[in-house]
Parts: sequence; C-alpha cells; structure tokens
Amino acid sequence: MTADWQAQFKEMFGIKWPKLLESLGQTVYMLGWALLIGAAIGLLLALLLVMCRKGGLKQNRVIYAIVNAYVNIVRSMPFIITLVFVFPLTRLIVGKTYGSTAMLVPLVIYISPYMARLIENSLLEVSPGVIEAAQAMGATTWQIITRFLLPEALPSIVLAMTTGTVGLLGATAMAGYVGGGGVGDLALTYGYQRYNFPLLILTIVILVIFVQLLQLLGNRVSGKLRQHR
Amino acid sequence: MIQIDHAVKTFADGRQAVHALRDVSLRVEKGDIYGIVGFSGAGKSTLLRLVNGLEKPDSGRVTVAGQDLSGLNQKALLLLRRKIGMVFQQFNLLEGKTVRHNVSIPLLLAGTPKKEIEKRVKEVLRFVELEDKENAYVSQLSGGQKQRVGIARALATGPDILLCDEATSALDPQTTESILRLLQRVNREMGVTILLITHQMQVIQLICNKVAVMEYGRIVEEGSVLSVFGTPKEEVTRRFVRTVINDQIPEKFISVVRDEKRNQQVELLKFIGDSVKEPLIANLCRMDGLEVNILGASIQEMQGSVMSVFILQLIGEDALILQAEDKIDQAGALRERMVFQA
Repeated sequence: MTADWQAQFKEMFGIKWPKLLESLGQTVYMLGWALLIGAAIGLLLALLLVMCRKGGLKQNRVIYAIVNAYVNIVRSMPFIITLVFVFPLTRLIVGKTYGSTAMLVPLVIYISPYMARLIENSLLEVSPGVIEAAQAMGATTWQIITRFLLPEALPSIVLAMTTGTVGLLGATAMAGYVGGGGVGDLALTYGYQRYNFPLLILTIVILVIFVQLLQLLGNRVSGKLRQHR
Repeated sequence: MIQIDHAVKTFADGRQAVHALRDVSLRVEKGDIYGIVGFSGAGKSTLLRLVNGLEKPDSGRVTVAGQDLSGLNQKALLLLRRKIGMVFQQFNLLEGKTVRHNVSIPLLLAGTPKKEIEKRVKEVLRFVELEDKENAYVSQLSGGQKQRVGIARALATGPDILLCDEATSALDPQTTESILRLLQRVNREMGVTILLITHQMQVIQLICNKVAVMEYGRIVEEGSVLSVFGTPKEEVTRRFVRTVINDQIPEKFISVVRDEKRNQQVELLKFIGDSVKEPLIANLCRMDGLEVNILGASIQEMQGSVMSVFILQLIGEDALILQAEDKIDQAGALRERMVFQA
C-alpha cells in the first residue's frame, strides 16, 4: 500500500519521496539557522542604529555612519552576487563552499542587514514618551533597552522578522542551486533542467504553503503579544 | 528643595536657534506646590526637565535637594532621579502591560526585593484609589485612571519631588479636578514637593501655592498665587488670570456704561479672604450723591481662601468718586480703575 503510493509519487514527480523530505529538511535547516543567527546580528545592528542615531540615547555619528553604510551596501547587493562574492570567507569559516552549512555564511550576511532595517523601524515606533519616562525613573541604558524598548517593540519585531523570513526563504532557494540543496535546488535541477513540470509545480505549492504558514505563525504570535494594547 | 540660577538653554533647530530658556531663575521650597504657567513654546517643558537632568542647561546652575546637578556623574544622577517622580500629559505607560507591572517598574529598576515591591505597589495603588485595578491592563483604563497609574508609578520609589508635565491637559474638566485633588493629597499626606507646568490657570488656582508665569523663555512674573491673581502686572499674566477670573464688564452691560451721561468711573475690586472686615459696598452706597451700580461679581476659591471680584460703576462728582476710592483702598480691597472704551 505504502509502496504503491510511493511508486505513484515517483511516477508523477520523477523523484523518490525521501528525496523530497531531504530537500525540505535542508531548506528548514538553512532557513532556521540563518534566521537565528541573522536575526541576532540584525537586532544588534538595529540597536546600534537606534541608539547612535541623531537624538538617540547614545548619539554617536561615527558608529551610526559605519553601521548605516554597511547595511546599505550589503542590502544593495543582489543575493546571487553576495553568494559568490563571499566564497573565500565561506571557505575560511566552514572549510568548503558547498552544502547547506556552507550556505549559512552568505545567507546570514545577506539577511542580517535586512533584519536590521526592519527591526530598526520597529524600535523607532516605540513612543519617545515611554523612553523619556524610563529615563526619568533613573533607568540605565541597558535597562531602557531590555525593560522598555524591546518589550514595547516586540509585537512589531515579530512581524518584521516574519517578513524577513519570507525574504530569506527566497534566498535559500538560490543558495540551494549553488550547492546548498533544499526545495529550491530540487525545483531547479530536478524540475527545471529535466523539464519535469509537475515537480516544478509541486515545489511551488510547497513554498507557497511554507510562506502561508510562516505568515500565519508570525501574525498569531504578534497578535498574542499585542493582545492587551 | 529646587533651585535654578540663571539657566540658559538654546536648541539648534536646523539653521535656526530656539531660545528655550533665557536666564531663568527659580526657587521651590520644600512642601510647595509650585506651578509654572505659560503658553506652548514658552520654555516650561525645558525648565521642568532641568530638575531631573533630562535637559542640561547651556549655562546656569541647577540644585536639587542640595546637590548641584552639573557635579553629578551618571550614576549619581540616576540615583537622584529615583527620588524625583515624573508624571506626563500622555501618561507614557506601558499600554500592553498590567497596572501592577507599570507601577512596579521603577522598583524593579532600583533592584528592590520582590516581596517589598508587592507590598509597595499595593500601598501606592491604594493611595491613588486603584487597588481593585492591580491586574487590569492599562489599555482597559480611562484617561483619569491611567493618570492615577502614572502618579502611582511616580510615587512607587517614595520620591521627595514630583514633576508634573501638563498632567491634566489630556483630561476632561471633572477628571482634571479629581487628579488635582489627588496631587494635593500627595503633597499634604506624603509631604512631596510638587513642581508642575500647565497652560491651564485653573490648575494653578486649585492647588498651587506659588506660581511663575513664563513667556518667550523667561519668567515674567512670580509670587504667591493670591498675590499674582490679585494684582497681575504683566499682560500675559492678566490674560491667564482672566481665563479663570472674569474681570471684564459683561457684554450686556457695556451699553449701561456707554449710555450713562453723568460723570462716572468703573472700578474693579478684589477681596481676598476676609481681609475686608467692614461692609464696604454698603458703606459706599450710603455716600450722599454717589450712585453705586454692581456690574459684575464673582467668587473664586483658591488656596483655601476665597477671592471675590466686583465690578462697580460709581456715578457722581469727581471729588466724590475720589473719596469713594479712598474708602475702598483704606478698607484693604484691591482696586483698579477700568478704562472703558466707548
């Protein structure tokens, strides 16, 4: 019965069922780790931008200019260019330039400035009055960040990260093609190059469902956090 | 308690310089409810923020509780701020959090033990009459309740000074009054010195004992509320006083004055408290050949005292009017001639 079903699958899409699972796993792997590391770096960059900007709590023109320029430059590079451009760095860190793990390097470099911009916007939405109240209470800069800025911006940050994650999913497809594996790789090498149209459709459907689920999750979490405002 | 000497503050707004404070000096004694009134842009906000160091003067000195603010390092300044509560027009609460969380925040920042926080939060919430709202979310509260939470939060660390930044300007008149009564209790029962800024003269009238009037970055007039309300000197002060004490001839009576063909003088009289013992107006009426006409009268409560304002039309010979004016002055009422344009 099961074998029957799997045979039908192979017949229809030209690949074995476990191959699809493996690809899905690779995509989730790249997406998950790149998101985790990229969001962490993005948050750090966003905090630097918000704190050091003109009128910020720790106004610093030099740091702001450097971070701002870095974010703009990296964001203006198409991912496919970033991908090959950082090959030497990838080799240095991971030891090879293929495989899902190696692809994390360009993915993180690509997504962190994007996350930084999105999170920066979320942080700037926090009412300046709340920050002033925090200062008036005698909060230290660290306390202002951890007790006021981040908690107040959290629902908005979650939505921003959702947007960022969807963008990252697109990038993992490209990374897959260069040797990272994943659903994108499946679509291009097995679907497109072998003129396997049903497989191409299947991967698209999978990606669409993936994005829908991500967005749903993001909206739910953000809504939950926003519940009482 | 608070002393500001010759504070100057200029903001650079693009190419234009905004002179928020031009040589402002101020002295607030312990136990005062000191009100600073002025139209928007007069520099009140900046002045208020000098006290807790949210703004630093370009020159001049700020001394709070004996400490010169310019001599404090960051850590000492943070400690000082815990002894100065601040209340805002827009409340500036964490809207998505509970009342308890909001009130406990200053204590958490100060590293107060959990048990003590719990106790203190209950205490201040009882004081602001919100003990039943401890678990409510701020977003579920009315404006007046939010401001009570704001006040509770400011009081949590047991400050000696409370700064109020237009604390009632976003509230309706009834709520405003209840919040002002609360601030009065804060002052009387907790012994907290209050410095407030407002553009509502009613606020000054109801709870302040001292007032300063600001215009274009300067304090143009200051003193006890009774004296400033009784004898306002500057035009801006008169405008503010007029918002609560009507010292104009009612529109409908203007014709009474205009159509009077006999020799006359319109006088504005102010009686503060029971400073005038004799039945002055009755005595004026008894003067031979003098006709006394009351054009307007109002009574204002302020500072636990009462100010009565009368507008009298005196009709008679010049000599007689002068005599009547003498009588008024001797009785101890504040008097000024009203210039009337036909």
